[in-house]
Amino acid sequence: MGGDPRLTLQAVHRFGLGLRPGDLQKIGADVRDLFRAEVDRKVMAPLSGLPFASINEAAPALREFAERERMAREARGATRTAAITANSMGGTMGGGMAQTAPTSTPPQQPPPAVPPGTGQAAARPQAAEPPLPQRVYREEARARFHAMLEPLGGYTERLVAFWGNHFAVSVNKGNPVRTFAGLLEREAIRPHVYGRFADMLLAVETHPAMIVFLDNHQSLGPNSRAGNRRGRGLNENLAREILELHTLGVAGGYSQADVTALARLITGWTLVAPNAADGIPGTFRFNPNMHEPGSHQVLGKTYADAGNGFTVAGPANAEPGFERGRAALTDIARHPATAQHIARKLTRHFVADDPPASMVARLAKVFRDSDGNLQAVSRAVLDSPEAWSAPSAKMRTPQEFLLAAARALGRKPDVGQILQPLNAMGQPMWQPGGPNGFPDTVAAWASPEGLKTRLDVAAAIARQTAAGIDPQDLISNVFGAAASNETRQAVLRAESRYQAVAIALMSPEFQRR
Amino acid sequence: MSHDHHDADCETMTPSRRAVLGAAGALFAWSFVPKMAYATPGARDPRFVVVILRGAMDGLSAVPPLGDPDYRGLREGIALQKDGPDAALPLDGFFYLHPAMPNLARLYRANQATVVHAVATGYRQRSHFDGQDVLESGQDGPGMTRDGWLNRLLAGLPAGEGISRKGALGVGIVPPLVVRGNAPVVGWAPPVLPRAGDDLVMRLMDLYGQRDPVLAKAFAAGASIEKIINREGMAGQRARGGPDNAEGMRMIAEGAAKLVNADDGPRVAALAFEGWDTHANEGGATGVLAGRLRGLDSALEAFEAGLKDRWKDTVVMVVTEFGRTARVNGTVGTDHGTGTVAFLVGGAVRGGRIIADWPGLKPENLHERRDLKPTTDLRAVTKGVLTDLFGVSGPVLAEKVFPGTAGLAPIKGLVA
Repeated sequence: MGGDPRLTLQAVHRFGLGLRPGDLQKIGADVRDLFRAEVDRKVMAPLSGLPFASINEAAPALREFAERERMAREARGATRTAAITANSMGGTMGGGMAQTAPTSTPPQQPPPAVPPGTGQAAARPQAAEPPLPQRVYREEARARFHAMLEPLGGYTERLVAFWGNHFAVSVNKGNPVRTFAGLLEREAIRPHVYGRFADMLLAVETHPAMIVFLDNHQSLGPNSRAGNRRGRGLNENLAREILELHTLGVAGGYSQADVTALARLITGWTLVAPNAADGIPGTFRFNPNMHEPGSHQVLGKTYADAGNGFTVAGPANAEPGFERGRAALTDIARHPATAQHIARKLTRHFVADDPPASMVARLAKVFRDSDGNLQAVSRAVLDSPEAWSAPSAKMRTPQEFLLAAARALGRKPDVGQILQPLNAMGQPMWQPGGPNGFPDTVAAWASPEGLKTRLDVAAAIARQTAAGIDPQDLISNVFGAAASNETRQAVLRAESRYQAVAIALMSPEFQRR
Repeated sequence: MSHDHHDADCETMTPSRRAVLGAAGALFAWSFVPKMAYATPGARDPRFVVVILRGAMDGLSAVPPLGDPDYRGLREGIALQKDGPDAALPLDGFFYLHPAMPNLARLYRANQATVVHAVATGYRQRSHFDGQDVLESGQDGPGMTRDGWLNRLLAGLPAGEGISRKGALGVGIVPPLVVRGNAPVVGWAPPVLPRAGDDLVMRLMDLYGQRDPVLAKAFAAGASIEKIINREGMAGQRARGGPDNAEGMRMIAEGAAKLVNADDGPRVAALAFEGWDTHANEGGATGVLAGRLRGLDSALEAFEAGLKDRWKDTVVMVVTEFGRTARVNGTVGTDHGTGTVAFLVGGAVRGGRIIADWPGLKPENLHERRDLKPTTDLRAVTKGVLTDLFGVSGPVLAEKVFPGTAGLAPIKGLVA
């Protein structure tokens, strides 16, 4: 190890996942090289212990689960006629995958994480095995968290988490999103984290998790064949959030008319129906019968009717109706407002709540000049002088904190020890309050109740781990020579190992980045 | 398209153009009133709770205008009914209340609840997040999120005033923006984990005091309310559900009521309930929205029960960032709209009234031929409540709490 200890520590917190015992000795003289190498070599942590390799297995499994639930419900209904009204919601949940949300598991329920010794296990009678969506959710969360224990640096994982929050879905939506949220990250975000933004965008907006989360499987072109027949129509939810959150940003210069036009262009972006023969049920498909005919104009550009000879380069068997939606997304991904929006969010995430304009401008230029090459943009974040001169005014998010604590103590938490603290600290896994994801500012996380619950988590972790921890070693391992005298003293003067560990985890040096 | 559903008393509440202009003149005179005018009128020790419904609550379903001839045609599949097993609850013969809200109906009949309809903030776009920022920041437009209007209200009260000294309660790990700012904020949320010990808290407070003023301030605010939490027997409780779940809403309201009821506790509070973004399968008398409304109704009952003797001095204000489309969308839900409802509930409310300059639901009467047209500015409602409840002066309201609203008169007579 070499270099300025404070700079090293700041960089590890700002761009990485936190130090484990022995990590400081492995970091070379220039900590920048550690993170640059990750980008240049596209280092990616492998995930293991996953319930499904891909959506192609998960979607049919969810369908079978929903079918079993439905039959069980009907069996109960036959014996208890009075119970039907309570379940009537299940029948009105609309077409496609939303029908698979069983009313026996309220989607609003927070994940019942049950760590040992908290008393929750006694309160809830434990089934032999949790229902499939909850089991998959827990296994995906565990795999994601455990993968983040592995890298020395971890910039790639931080970027994955950033994009996962940028393209946020919430498992509160119901069983399909609960089952697919981890897959969205693995299938649509990870593969493109150093690829093209437009590709990530398309992968996300066509992923069943996002399609269901923002209702697009239910959106019908009012003048489409299916729309004429069923008397249903447009749902503009996904189109609006694509423009407002995923690409241009709310001040990106679009209008209500653009939202509606984009919503029309992506009608038919839906899921294979439960009993369809033309694909794996529950996976993405373009359904031309749901697609709104006619030309539609988004941001001043006209996307002509698919039936009128509109051609876009695409796979030979591509549906023209789908290709014009894809073309619209590609154009929006290239829009200067998108570059600006992404540059601003990246800078705010890694550097400062009030992002330095010079850095935002530089990242936006790299984004534009490279046609949204995220490897170049991610490298430009590291190469920005602002990222190395700004004070550590950001605060670790609850997820970053929990992960850093596990790494600092050399601990591999079980799934309950992951999910419950995240829930307590206000950042439950894949469960933000809305499609805008979790907040990314100090003001949001450094709240009175937020700090109190963070201390509760630190105390719980300390109780479980303190016996084997030497406070002096802990300070050396996680701060090196960069600990302040005050923090060093507060840790070493603690009345017990338990207190020492909790104070170290809650110290400004550990919380800030 | 005005009509006669409201009583004569309500008619004077409608902020007609003339009333707004008249009051603007009065505001000018108020700016010369000495600082004494800040003092809380009478002996009232008021309580004020802001409940934010995130996701844009459908005002046309919460308080359906069943007397409007165009309502039913717009709301195929989710329209509520005057009769039948799940009949909506009658309010004034024109407006009804969603059947999932029997407690609110009871409070309305007891003159302790007022409905403001066709109301909106000044925001006219359709982003939830900007809409919520405007609702909570009290600013003219989005992007000015340094602090919230409830916090600036406290900051605008004279120093030493009991209300401001005791701070505002912000419920949740991330407290609502409306309560954030320079004035002291105390925090609480239904806890998920056992709490850390006092000694650890003291040591950490000491460390933050030496090293990190931002964390020190937040941490001290969190610790200050522990005393009440312990006394009220809330320390051992555990969360029963989130803020988008009926059980969770009730638990949040129960806890907030205890803290706000305590003599040494905060006098004002802000909290948020979630899950109002009903794009698909919104439901009518039963269904998704009905479940949320049932949670809200239960929370209002919990406030009434928990505030006990203080209920007579309480206003609970329920607001949302905007409304939803008048017409049902293609997926038996509603998309982002504009005008909606707000509720004022509490013993201090001069209730049993609906305040609405009803714009009608014909296409030409809708905002952009799409949304319920807002005819009342929510800030005029809020300013009215703050004037009556806290005796806040017009200039403070127009310059500090809701900047740039000198031309917008507070609606008078909202508080009994």
